[in-house]
Amino acid sequence: MTASAATVDRSSAAAGIIGRFGRNNAWTLSLLGFLAALLVFTKAINPHYGLTSFQFTATAVLPLALAAVAQTVIVISGGIDLSVSSQMALTSCVAATLMQNYPGEGLAVAIVLLTLALGLLLGAVNGALIVVTKVPDIVVTLSTYFVWAGFALLVRPAPGGAAASWLEGLAVGYVGIPLLPMAAVVLAVIVAVIWIPLVRSRLGLSLFAVGSNRLAAFRSGVPVNRTKFLSYVIGGLIAAFAGLSLTASTGIGSPVPEPTYVLISIGAVVLGGVSLAGGVGGVFGPIMAVVVLQLIRDDMTFMNVDPNYGLVAQGFILIGVLMVGSLIHMRRSRS
Amino acid sequence: MTAATDTASGRSWMQPAAWRNVLRDYTLVPLAILLVLLVISVELARPGTVNTDWAAVTVRQAVVLAILAGCQTLTMLTGGIDLSVAYVASMTGFLTATFVHEPGGWVLGVGVALAAAALAGLVNGIGIGIFRVHPLVMTLGMGLIVFGFANVWQLATLQTGAGVPSELRTLGTGLTAGVIPNDLAVFVPVAIVLILLLRRTGYGRMLYAVGDNPVAARLSGVRSWQVLVVLYVISGLLAGIAGLLQSGLSNTASVSLVVPYLLPSVAAAVIGGTSILGGRGGYSGTIVGALILTVLTGFLSIILPEPWRQIVLGSIVVLVAAAYTRATAEA
Repeated sequence: MTASAATVDRSSAAAGIIGRFGRNNAWTLSLLGFLAALLVFTKAINPHYGLTSFQFTATAVLPLALAAVAQTVIVISGGIDLSVSSQMALTSCVAATLMQNYPGEGLAVAIVLLTLALGLLLGAVNGALIVVTKVPDIVVTLSTYFVWAGFALLVRPAPGGAAASWLEGLAVGYVGIPLLPMAAVVLAVIVAVIWIPLVRSRLGLSLFAVGSNRLAAFRSGVPVNRTKFLSYVIGGLIAAFAGLSLTASTGIGSPVPEPTYVLISIGAVVLGGVSLAGGVGGVFGPIMAVVVLQLIRDDMTFMNVDPNYGLVAQGFILIGVLMVGSLIHMRRSRS
Repeated sequence: MTAATDTASGRSWMQPAAWRNVLRDYTLVPLAILLVLLVISVELARPGTVNTDWAAVTVRQAVVLAILAGCQTLTMLTGGIDLSVAYVASMTGFLTATFVHEPGGWVLGVGVALAAAALAGLVNGIGIGIFRVHPLVMTLGMGLIVFGFANVWQLATLQTGAGVPSELRTLGTGLTAGVIPNDLAVFVPVAIVLILLLRRTGYGRMLYAVGDNPVAARLSGVRSWQVLVVLYVISGLLAGIAGLLQSGLSNTASVSLVVPYLLPSVAAAVIGGTSILGGRGGYSGTIVGALILTVLTGFLSIILPEPWRQIVLGSIVVLVAAAYTRATAEA
């Protein structure tokens, strides 16, 4: 399908290319439209919602957005990671504890690098277990959820620790103009450094191939096991960034994984147009979905609605959008 | 398998393949041995622990876990999973408690709570069966919704106060004849119904069929959407029953009471030999799985501090699942 579409497009005009872009990214574009409408709505119900509030939203969204990116890489290759929140808790605790015991702005750089290496290791253990034991991803990551959470408790029996001031500065405020929240820039840099080279690489192609059809990928010579393993390693690295962002925004490390992180990371991935069956999607959709979910909660607070209805609304949006999306998909495949 | 038959005249039990067959065909045997070994370890770790009181406490905890793991077993047979059970179960316990001082009393409370649980299951079933939403996301979302509503209800009823009805407490903590936990009066019928449902009824066959090969099931005339809608309603009701028992057992009404049981409920079904990929497993294994997990947690709490307990528990679940995967892999 892609091959023939590409041939046709080469001969067609620029309008055709834009049209194809629209068709291929219809889901992401409608999500972007929804996000824009939601921002306008937010401004309408709360005239005080300005650039500073937007920066707060960005800070609140950063850990979740990174968790969603980590989940996206894994889901695209056909896996799922239920341990993402406890990976975040463990990396966050390690970073906060080390920064408390070895204070110093320069030393903190080494600690950050060490934490990222730990993330790679956690992802590698997940990936190796899945590839070697052939146990379904859900069961393995469910079990490692306990394991990482246990290690987090060993590192920090209670919430605490410290964060270097430059790390804290990375989660708040803005860069240059107030329209550019620092957290958004950090997120963009991480995505630009990891995701963009990834999708353009051979490995990126393999991720999509393995996710969309494992057997076909294997027969085409894609190293299936290595690809799956690497998807978890990259996921672990991004989860470590997410853990660091938790330390940065709270100034401490908390050993108890936030229970809603797994739910929201998976929900945002699916809302963002990534198929749980694997092989389809990108990171921009899930990031926007996280922002949408956060804004809806904020709006409910502005409207003085009981914040628990925010939870209900998030759930209904998640389910409602999925039902509609699945209905459209079924209609299309039937016709 | 061939290796075992070839050397049947020799000492075939020495062959790994023979053990593999035992694990695959008679899952309950190794599980029961494991359970006995664990009980012996508990006694060795702290002599005098194993007595009727210990057994009653263990069984009570295992019963709640086993019912929740029943939800996972049934849904996993069809290739699904129900992650809303923990929130649905917490909600039923809490909802019932808020009705204690109301005109209808706790009976009305139980009725309303179970109806709400069934409704949550129905919505799950419609989403998964008719709209084909992935069970993982559908039930996660449903969990959020139920948890949110339970919190709203909590704020609404804050003034009226709440208490776990004494009837549920008797059911959850009482003993009949000094040894038999009362909640077995609920669990034994539930377990018999579930085992018979899976082994003896057409509906049970359909669950396996849908999970094993959805296309073949459809071509054989199974309306899988109907099977799934009914399945998730059953799962919701089971979760509701588990929630009532747990609130009676702990004498607590909280909207997050059962949440710590969510991951163990999946683990118990996996240890019991039910495959998360669908089509393979059964409830008797799950019951033993729930007992193993409960005894194991107790044993680990004697010998290890909390963090290590989680680490060991997680590692054991991976090991057991890996053993099953090896045993059932195409030789």
